Amino acid sequence: MNMKRQKLIRLTLSYIAILIAVTIVIYPVLWIVGSSFNPGNSLSGSTIIPKNATLKHYQELFDLSSSKYLLWYWNTLKICIITMTFSVTMIALMGYSFSRYRFIGRKNGLMTFLILQMIPNFAALIAIYVLAVQTKLIDTHFALILLYTGGLLPMNTWLAKGYFDTIPKELDESARIDGAGHFRIFWQIILPLAKPILAVIALFSFITPFADFILAKVILRSEEKFTLAVGLYNLVAKQFGGEFTKFAAGAVLIAIPISLLFLSLQRYLISGLTAGGTKG
Amino acid sequence: MIDTNATKSTHRKRAFFLSFIPGVGQLYNRQYLKAFSFIVLTFSFIIAFKDLLNIGLWGLVTLGEQLPRDHSVFLLVEGIIAVLVLLLGLCVYALNLYDAHLNGKRRDLGIQLNSIREQYRNVIDTGFPYLMLSPGFFLLIFVVIFPILFVILLAFTNYDLYHSPPARLVDWVGFQNFIDIFKLDIWRRTFISVLSWTVIWTFIATTVQITIGIFLAVLLNQKDLKFKKLFRTILILPWAIPAFVSILVFAGMFNESFGAINNDLLAFFGIDPIPWLTSPFWAKFALILIQSWLGFPFIFAMVTGVLQSIPEELYEAGTVDGATMLQKFRSITLPLILYAIAPILITQYTFNFNNFNVIFLFNGGGPPMPGQTAGSTDILISWIYSLTLESKQYAKAAAVTMLLSLIVISVALWQFRRTKSFKEEDMM
Repeated sequence: MNMKRQKLIRLTLSYIAILIAVTIVIYPVLWIVGSSFNPGNSLSGSTIIPKNATLKHYQELFDLSSSKYLLWYWNTLKICIITMTFSVTMIALMGYSFSRYRFIGRKNGLMTFLILQMIPNFAALIAIYVLAVQTKLIDTHFALILLYTGGLLPMNTWLAKGYFDTIPKELDESARIDGAGHFRIFWQIILPLAKPILAVIALFSFITPFADFILAKVILRSEEKFTLAVGLYNLVAKQFGGEFTKFAAGAVLIAIPISLLFLSLQRYLISGLTAGGTKG
Repeated sequence: MIDTNATKSTHRKRAFFLSFIPGVGQLYNRQYLKAFSFIVLTFSFIIAFKDLLNIGLWGLVTLGEQLPRDHSVFLLVEGIIAVLVLLLGLCVYALNLYDAHLNGKRRDLGIQLNSIREQYRNVIDTGFPYLMLSPGFFLLIFVVIFPILFVILLAFTNYDLYHSPPARLVDWVGFQNFIDIFKLDIWRRTFISVLSWTVIWTFIATTVQITIGIFLAVLLNQKDLKFKKLFRTILILPWAIPAFVSILVFAGMFNESFGAINNDLLAFFGIDPIPWLTSPFWAKFALILIQSWLGFPFIFAMVTGVLQSIPEELYEAGTVDGATMLQKFRSITLPLILYAIAPILITQYTFNFNNFNVIFLFNGGGPPMPGQTAGSTDILISWIYSLTLESKQYAKAAAVTMLLSLIVISVALWQFRRTKSFKEEDMM
């Protein structure tokens, strides 16, 4: 009897705590979704469930003549995909050579990567800004792609190297005896086996530029070149409150696809992160 | 037999000294093709980079002498490139010395030298990893290492709005920037208040998000709880939504004129509106709340993973010994969690230490502080941002960046020395 009561109390308390947490998590989400359907431009006098719900703000965003939102979306996707392609290629090559070859400078190289991975690359903000201005690379997507790719290399190379280390070396050796060259061993034998870690790295290298604000803010100047982060920020910063409902619609349209992508791949992400955590 | 040869003949010394002029040592070793390539390489290096090295090194020392001919920042950039090229050249030079010495030694020991075909194979075999590394390596040099070198040098100049090329020259000022930060009243006061808020922010925000994450993960790991999957998905949501979106949404929610917190939530409980954006205290409070919301799901997800791998027997043994729930948590669950995710926890602290997004997007580091060059919620990284892009105090910003990096690197090194894998045999 006593045991049963204890269990009941424990479960009730747990449910209460969880429900409070769930409410706190959900509330801002509902609020922004509600705001995006709000008829007015600002929020004064609105309720969380709007009385005359409207899709007006979504239509405004898709109207190319008055809004650059779709352009920002396109810019962001372009930057993310190119960054992803570049960095996965380079990281696979670097991780493999650090894992399989013993060459002069290997230890120092790994050590350098370990240290570089600790400093976020936007710490060199001033240098990036000044150099971009001097080399005329300011306000270009190319500069951003280079910066993102470079910033992703150190940490993910360690991640890839750790995974390559777990693939048995006997595979390489038997292939070599069969007459396969260096590149062929890498391309046909090791790379297919490393697909899981490459997928994790691809996901990281897609999400990192997507979520970045600071570098894009420093580099990009003209409105046509903005990424979503900078564009959305400008939408609110220019006249806070004035266009808040439009901002809300924009925020919802970013949050939905990204969170779906994220939730469906979350398991792989966690496994990649824990592997990285224990390894390096 | 071999030993006496080795002591008598001195090919290795002679080859070594002869190769002070690259290629001659190889010539002495009768490896003509190699000698030829070293000589060609040396000449082309000198011809191609003579001007760059000359101007670059001169510019690095003087930072320009005459206006309008000299542009100090360009000279600084060229100087760094010159030093990098010089280092690359020295590497090849060292390789030349090493090669001459090695082959000289083989002759001393009476070993047949490699034929051209063998040498070619050798180059392909040893060169392959370098070939694979080179694209990433060059990118790293240009976008990561180069900026770091630039910041380090910048910290020792007087580059700011008033010493800005092409109208003015920049000069080396030694440690003046660091001295100013610690000596001049306005800088010292700002630096100390920004640094102390950065530290407080890092500790409180991170610890709160870790505590909530662990607490909820443990709570949701009870076997007899229903709808676990649904709850977990909802609780991970803040991690799934891009942070810049959520922060901007929160900036709206905390807004004093139309935000939902003051108008709906607090009004519902009959509490007077709170100045979230204009009072330093409440702005800081709001930031910690927001960061907890943003940060706990990551810890929650990690800890959930760890909890599912803890063997059931441990708890059964605890029950047999008569341990209460709390005791089981304290001496089984918590140590195992902390052990498994310790490295991740430390990266969480360093992440918040540099968490520019939440500070800048919420309130731009404001509200402003009278008598200081930073806002009252500015952390070091956002202060550096405004020093660079708003007040154009490049040199001071570089000095602050160096101080910041010093802190981050020492924490990180301390962490990596403690992790076991760092000492493992084949890892490095």
